[in-house]
Amino acid sequence: MKTPVTLTLNGAERAAFADPGQNLLEFLRRGVGDLSPKYGCGQGTCGACTVRMNGQTVLSCLVLAEMAQGATIETAAGLATPAMHPLQTAFMDHFAAQCGYCTPGMLVSAKALLDRNATPTRDEVIEAISGNLCRCTGYEPIIAAILSVAQGRIRA
Amino acid sequence: MTDMVGGNMFEMRKEFFRDERDDNLNEVGKPTRRQDIPGHVTGRSPFFDDHLFDGLLHMRCVRSPHHHARLRRIDTAEAEKMPGVVRILQGRDVPRNLNTLLSLLDFGIDDEPLLSDTKVAYKGEPVAAVIAQTEAQARAAVQKVRVEWDPLPHVLDVEEAIKPGAPVVLDIYPNNKFVYHGKYDHQKLRFGDVEAAFRGADHIVEGRYQMSPIEQAPIETCGAIAAPEQNDRYVCYTSTQGLFFSLGTASKVLTMPSSRLHFIGGTVGGGFGGKVDSIHEPLAILGAMLTGRAVKYAWDREEEMQVGAPRGAERWYLKDGVMRDGRIVARKFTGYFDSGAYTRLSSYAIIKGVGHLPGPYTIPNVYADVYCVYTNRTPATAMRGFGITAVDFAIETHMDKVADVVGMNPIDLRILNAYRDGDMKAHRRIAKNCALIECAQVVAQKAGVTLSPALAAAASTRDGGGARAALPAFTATDEGGRVSGFKSTNYAKKGGRQPDMPGVPAYQSPRTAPPTPNPSPQGGGEPTPPPATPVRTGAMRFSSLSGFRRR
Amino acid sequence: MTTLETYATLAEAARAMAGGQSAAAYLGGGTIVMREVNAGTAPSRIVRTTDPVLSEIRLSGDTVSIGAGVTMAQVLAHRDLGFLHPVARLIGGPQVRNMGTVGGNLFAAHPYGDFAVALIALGARAHLVGQGARGVEDLMRDRSRPPLVAAVEFARPRQGTFGFLKVSRVKPKGVSVLSIAALIPRDGGRCRGVRVAYGAMGPAPMRGAGAERALEGQMFDAATIARAATQAAEGLDPPTDALATAWYRREVAGVHLRRLLERMERTP
Repeated sequence: MKTPVTLTLNGAERAAFADPGQNLLEFLRRGVGDLSPKYGCGQGTCGACTVRMNGQTVLSCLVLAEMAQGATIETAAGLATPAMHPLQTAFMDHFAAQCGYCTPGMLVSAKALLDRNATPTRDEVIEAISGNLCRCTGYEPIIAAILSVAQGRIRA
Repeated sequence: MTDMVGGNMFEMRKEFFRDERDDNLNEVGKPTRRQDIPGHVTGRSPFFDDHLFDGLLHMRCVRSPHHHARLRRIDTAEAEKMPGVVRILQGRDVPRNLNTLLSLLDFGIDDEPLLSDTKVAYKGEPVAAVIAQTEAQARAAVQKVRVEWDPLPHVLDVEEAIKPGAPVVLDIYPNNKFVYHGKYDHQKLRFGDVEAAFRGADHIVEGRYQMSPIEQAPIETCGAIAAPEQNDRYVCYTSTQGLFFSLGTASKVLTMPSSRLHFIGGTVGGGFGGKVDSIHEPLAILGAMLTGRAVKYAWDREEEMQVGAPRGAERWYLKDGVMRDGRIVARKFTGYFDSGAYTRLSSYAIIKGVGHLPGPYTIPNVYADVYCVYTNRTPATAMRGFGITAVDFAIETHMDKVADVVGMNPIDLRILNAYRDGDMKAHRRIAKNCALIECAQVVAQKAGVTLSPALAAAASTRDGGGARAALPAFTATDEGGRVSGFKSTNYAKKGGRQPDMPGVPAYQSPRTAPPTPNPSPQGGGEPTPPPATPVRTGAMRFSSLSGFRRR
Repeated sequence: MTTLETYATLAEAARAMAGGQSAAAYLGGGTIVMREVNAGTAPSRIVRTTDPVLSEIRLSGDTVSIGAGVTMAQVLAHRDLGFLHPVARLIGGPQVRNMGTVGGNLFAAHPYGDFAVALIALGARAHLVGQGARGVEDLMRDRSRPPLVAAVEFARPRQGTFGFLKVSRVKPKGVSVLSIAALIPRDGGRCRGVRVAYGAMGPAPMRGAGAERALEGQMFDAATIARAATQAAEGLDPPTDALATAWYRREVAGVHLRRLLERMERTP
């Protein structure tokens, strides 16, 4: 028996029906049609499914879709407005994505960091992205990209 | 000249090989944006799963919990009644249920079912595929499929697997060893006479090296979505790294001309070699064929780690004959590749690896016996440095050991033995564009290691060739590991034993088979077949695969 | 088919778990139960509550009470729980800390449960719904049918008496090879009322009797610390798993215990 779920996604009201036991990741991807958060593990280890829910980063594969009723959700697809967000530009300039699969989750975690701390240290950047695994870049380009925004080289 | 690119130091040492090069570089060393990165940072890059289909069905496999077992019976009665279940596939539903990837290149005997129906040879091997309306329903139905297994003894170690009396993992080949060139149960490399050289050496240095299987672990798991398309075609979105491999395999296994298959790939969420011999597409397409709907078949993380093919484990025994002054005069390799339960790409990995021996060094006597061994482990595949990584680890660790024995600094030892332009290599090609010496010198400088003056001044472009370009006067050969019953010119067919496949037509490449006759437009009477396409004859050049060239 | 049942109070949720037609799983932060839901191995009934009492953090006098629904992030945000920040910070990554709860960590399977390790060392008691209170250490002995926990309560440790160390192969977010929590109150320089707890050194977080025996009543100095290190693994039967062998855990337990104790000795 499906459950109707209405939420705000990247500023717009969206609604769809959630299957029993469906997680928020699958609901966003197949129910609502936002394909930016990705499936990597279904266990909460890789972070590819990271979205922001009511201002906090969460692993959408570990959230029951029904529990997102009325929530405010932000995903990587909402970053460009439509101009690229400085983080997106920084990622492109610093080779902070190769296969691109971890990138949406990584950007959500990075934005959450800069929204609460505009001048993080390198260690704070590392902690902020520690819940997002990347198998391609070795993380240094990602850290450099985030720090470049924080240090104002790319205006936020 | 040092640059920051992507947060990493990038140093160009243009003083080397200056006269061989035009330094007017337009792209190298410049931070050109990846053409796909705007898609990555907006979440719009279309990975295989980023396509929406109405009424998408989900496929999950029933898998063996045993390393090795006979499959007595599969009972799907209860599972078929589970909510949302549309269809359950078994081996009998697969048009041609036996394959090996490299048979597409005429290198290998079909050995692996898409869905096993008599025996399983590794833990996780699929025996049935449940298709249901949701993933949760497919998972629940998989748990209700009843399989009766007769567990068999299993073997998980390469040297145990080739002992007489070991459990037979793959019965096409003798003693769990792939047959090379139709002649030997291993790949040979013979160059000079290592035994004579050992007798004259000042030191003998031996070592045993082991690399475990390594899982590529991309963040995106393997998968495909297939759907019926117009004009009796099927579209297939896939995570594969080898689109044409996948297309050819699907065409063969489903006995469907590739013109009826529309494969879309190219956006891979990390492959590292683990998505090269992708096997998802045939099952997904078969599901679409038999249900008439879009079907997704993707691994979850546990399957990716357990069932997904890793870089195969390898074990290497090295024996060097070394002179007092550090020159390595003989090197003998015995290598064992753990192919796991099926061949896949491992047979080719060995050829690649053997071409690499004895490493970037000029050694006048080289001997290698390298085995592709079947065990009851997960079948192996490529991963960064396919066929090379583990043997390089063995070679370089061994070099350090040799340096220790002769009392030389390990970088000096490498420069001393490094190949130079013009040297004859063990697989009978002349070395060119060598640069190991220069790399080693820069490494020594950066690591603060003082090299001996002569070696600090060495160069790849000097002192090579001449006597070093000659083939050895005598090469000791042998018939060890000789097998019979295999044709020497073509791996895909066997003299004598054909794989037992009742009712399945022998595979014929569309280029050699006569085309199917078209029905006569007037109807009635025997249609006259058009003239058969002439069979291609003459030169076949697969020198990199089989080690010989015919012109 | 998974169904979600939401109750306004913890008591109602407990009744629903005990009395339903079929087995139910309690959903706290979701970081554990949802893995099973995704894998299709969870019970079909998922029970949760919106009872606000679960999110309360109360400090009154010397007693600290933390609701079972308090997340690691909420612990980190609470200024008066500074002594627990080194523990909460090393659990999961930022996303897991936003979701994972104190109650959930109590019953997390090996090798998880680092917050439970800290609670054992603090001598915490768990207030169970409809069952009174039990020591957390006691609760760890049989985790097969976990009761519903409302809150955990313990005496606020004196400054510098509580320490925590986590050993993981990947940093900063990595699962424990082992973790150690130590409560070392001092009375004129002597250790009194020592409690040492280990994570990932057994089937569940547990006390370290060997280490405690070596410390109790002794002066907190280098000699005592050295002795405690040699007795660190006494009575423990650590597991072999994908992260480390039993042998390795036994070998390094003393090394890490010594590092923790030396750190605590240096910073009074």
